[in-house]
Amino acid sequence: MYSVKEQDAGTPEGTGTALVTLDVDGRMVIVPEGTSVMHAASKAGVQVPKLCATETLGAFGSCRLCIVEIEGRRGFPSSCTTLVQEGMKVHTQTPKLAELRRGVMELYISDHPLDCLTCPSNGNCELQEMAGVVGLRDVRYGLKGSNHLEAAKDESNPYFTFDPSKCIVCSRCVRACEEIQGTFALTVEGRGFDSRISAGGTDFMSSECVSCGACVQACPTATLMEKTIIENGQPDHVVKTTCAYCGVGCSFRAEVKGNEVVRMVPDKTGLANEGHSCVKGRFAWGYATHKDRVTTPMIRKSPDDAWQIVGWAEALRYAASEIQRIQEKHGRAAVGGITSSRCTNEETWLVQKLIRAGFGNNNVDTCARVCHSPTGYGLKATLGESAGTQDFESVDHSDVIVVIGANPTQGHPVFGSRLKRRVREGAKLIVIDPRAIDIVRQPHVEASYHLQLRPGTNVAVANALAHVIVTEGLADDAFARARCDVAEYDTWRAFVSEPRNSPEATEAITGVPAASVRGAARVYAGARNGAIYYGLGVTEHSQGSTMVIAIANLAMCTGNIGRTGVGVNPLRGQNNVQGACDMGSFPHELPGYRHVSDVGVRASFESVWHTILDPEPGLRLPNMLDAALEGSFRAIYIQGEDIAQSDPDLHHVEAALRAMECVIVQDIFLNETSKFAHVFLPGATFLEKDGTFTNAERRIGRVRKVMPSLSGMADWEITCALARELGYPMHYDHPSQIMDEIASLMPTFTGVSYAKLDEMGSIQWPCNDETPEGTPIMHVEAFVRGKGRFMITEFVATEERVTPMYPLLLTTGRILSQYNVGAQTRRTENVRWHPEDVLEIHPHDAEERGINQGDQVALKSRVGETRLRAELTERVQPGVVYTTFHHPVTRANVVTTDLSDWATNCPEYKVTAVQVRRAPNQDAALAPAGAPEIGGK
Amino acid sequence: MAATKLARMANQIGSFFASEPDHALAMEGVASHLRRTWEPRMRLQLIAWMDETGGAELSPLVREAVLANRERLTTPTPRNPGPTA
Repeated sequence: MYSVKEQDAGTPEGTGTALVTLDVDGRMVIVPEGTSVMHAASKAGVQVPKLCATETLGAFGSCRLCIVEIEGRRGFPSSCTTLVQEGMKVHTQTPKLAELRRGVMELYISDHPLDCLTCPSNGNCELQEMAGVVGLRDVRYGLKGSNHLEAAKDESNPYFTFDPSKCIVCSRCVRACEEIQGTFALTVEGRGFDSRISAGGTDFMSSECVSCGACVQACPTATLMEKTIIENGQPDHVVKTTCAYCGVGCSFRAEVKGNEVVRMVPDKTGLANEGHSCVKGRFAWGYATHKDRVTTPMIRKSPDDAWQIVGWAEALRYAASEIQRIQEKHGRAAVGGITSSRCTNEETWLVQKLIRAGFGNNNVDTCARVCHSPTGYGLKATLGESAGTQDFESVDHSDVIVVIGANPTQGHPVFGSRLKRRVREGAKLIVIDPRAIDIVRQPHVEASYHLQLRPGTNVAVANALAHVIVTEGLADDAFARARCDVAEYDTWRAFVSEPRNSPEATEAITGVPAASVRGAARVYAGARNGAIYYGLGVTEHSQGSTMVIAIANLAMCTGNIGRTGVGVNPLRGQNNVQGACDMGSFPHELPGYRHVSDVGVRASFESVWHTILDPEPGLRLPNMLDAALEGSFRAIYIQGEDIAQSDPDLHHVEAALRAMECVIVQDIFLNETSKFAHVFLPGATFLEKDGTFTNAERRIGRVRKVMPSLSGMADWEITCALARELGYPMHYDHPSQIMDEIASLMPTFTGVSYAKLDEMGSIQWPCNDETPEGTPIMHVEAFVRGKGRFMITEFVATEERVTPMYPLLLTTGRILSQYNVGAQTRRTENVRWHPEDVLEIHPHDAEERGINQGDQVALKSRVGETRLRAELTERVQPGVVYTTFHHPVTRANVVTTDLSDWATNCPEYKVTAVQVRRAPNQDAALAPAGAPEIGGK
Repeated sequence: MAATKLARMANQIGSFFASEPDHALAMEGVASHLRRTWEPRMRLQLIAWMDETGGAELSPLVREAVLANRERLTTPTPRNPGPTA
């Protein structure tokens, strides 16, 4: 449950526009129409006793504790299910109500273990609290009647227990699973006295439960209880912070005992998540204190040597001297660095500042290179800003939701739940994805159209959709002509209208039936509010940027942009990948997406940074690796990024890293990249520092220090110390001063400060004099670039083609329980759900190859080979196989190629021609040949 | 960097702008993209390779765009004189 220190009004506030005035215990209160009496009472400062009610769920009216008396009405209505009326007079405390409530409590307590003193919820139990509130003194029925006190405890879930002996069957858990999470994993089995909560007739671990924690949070007793609380007791203080997993950027209350986190609870006031969470943010934070954490700096002359543990001063001196030596010998451009999307905005800012001002070049890049760099390019080119157009709340107003190349229930689960809720409310769903992802068909959610295209044919599908919209007269011409460049619009209309772009013509390319494309196009174009959400299935292609442009074209031509409920929404992968991009992590752009060649922009930075900046674009990460093999790039500073696991064509990445003279890795664990490192600087987790993250909706949220840094330094302090050693001192006492510098140099951040963040909770940029409260929805009156720009998006097939030798197409993705390269989640109990990466293969393809469920298979592409287990499933279509890349032992990226997006070099992870064969030796370990040995400490 | 890889990247850029009906705009698109996003040594290597081999592997649009914008692609952008404060 939520900490008792938090107020809970019992039900959500009504959404009516009219206001209603009523009297609660002599206090006048005004609330919106549709509000419950319970909520109104809470607003008046009167807490009505309750057990089955909580404001995160709809009213249920089962516990009978919240009964009230209303003048002019008979009986004792439940205040949670009774709506306010004008002039209503409510009494919440009368002798009769007290008697009735005590009677109700007696019944509950007669079947409840009286072990309060040893119960983990002691002091934070709503049942205990209500017993006190109603003045329960004895239980007339005794405690020896029929009861559930011997019911077996379910401890199967690694993070929480289910103790039915303490359950009052209030259904809050069941309703949370349905209403908030949308999984429908829980139910009430039996009737009357035999009623009990069930995870579908099995234990929690074997059930469909996704461990989001919503049920645990909703439980008013210790029935569903975090194991960390059972082990450690209740917290003594709370720190609000922002999750460091995906781009949803959930706000959390870190509940702490001393310096130890005992529970992470999603924050009800957090606008990104509104009190919801997923298994990662809610439970998988134990990596922060995992025994594998490296907390001391280390150096070595060669990656073949053992690590030497040294002090900070020696490590930083060595790193700086190597950078300087290499630059003196090979030139200023022979070094560069990678900022981290897992680190804060402030830390990212400092790394790019160090590279631009300290190293003296623009060789800076970030992991967005390999995920959403095409989003930056495509949305900047068409709309004028390299970011999504909406807030997450916007989806609540969408009538048609198009999900392209994204798997929200796995990759962005809290937003996925929100999206599913909207579909349950009646919005239509269109999924464009090679796989039958979860939302194609789930309990109470079913896509109207699933365009199951062949990998690599996104642009052809988008053009076909546009063809239908334009040729059938479904476009919003008035919007497009008023808001966009008309000549470009007409040129684009002519292009998409060509017969070769029709669904019938593209069907042979995409594999999507023309009738489905036509149907989907009509539904999207006909929506009052149509919204597009997309992910890496759009960007990680050789035409990634083209597809982003095509999506923007679709939104502009249908007028689905510039208001709530519509828009173009990239679901950003990592917690701060939006922020890392905003902060100037690209080699051709200074912070705020301003090109390095802009004299005035450079001058503004030069005046604050006291240096002269390089006016030429720097090397992108793949270019750095190529240049390393060629010999013109010799040293790299990598903050929080494991390129030797996450980047494509790993043999190439490893060879490039090995060719460098100095690889500096700043991370919380030794990782695949550190095997090639010469310097290891121990970083800090999000719990150990102050700063900000920016999520996929441009929302800047505070990260607050919860516990001391295990290494003694936060990442921003490490970068400052390295800069000092390099002779470019950067002095800040606190990250708030870095944010002040950011605000002084970025026009979209001028209104942002820690004081305002503390006051508002979070801010969506742009936040400046024009929009001092931030900008939830962009491009409302006009596009950032002025006129929206339609661009022609010719479909160009990828060079990666299937052949008789490589007849299948491999595509990659994520799973709910693991995060990216798994450095964090693999060090938590989340491995129970995903202990290894597996290869999804269609039963037909498996049969042809003599592959059975669970067999080890060899996965081979033109560039590499690895081995993993087969999972036979019809989620993938024949001819397509799929895997994840969370486990280094799998080395999934050994097989992905160096083909990349034309505009940004974002790798084409989503299309690799492969062959799959049953591995000859089924008993051999899965570890592939050729993996480098783990560097010793 | 391997010239063949640079040529492939340049051709990819060309394949996007090739669909632009106005040839001059297509040429500008290619040249501008190379100028604004490629680090100088990449541009210089591509042009050196073209000089050496004729660049037959490049698409006609890319070759034409590079040749027509050779100076722009090889001339360094001047640095600012110095911090103003």
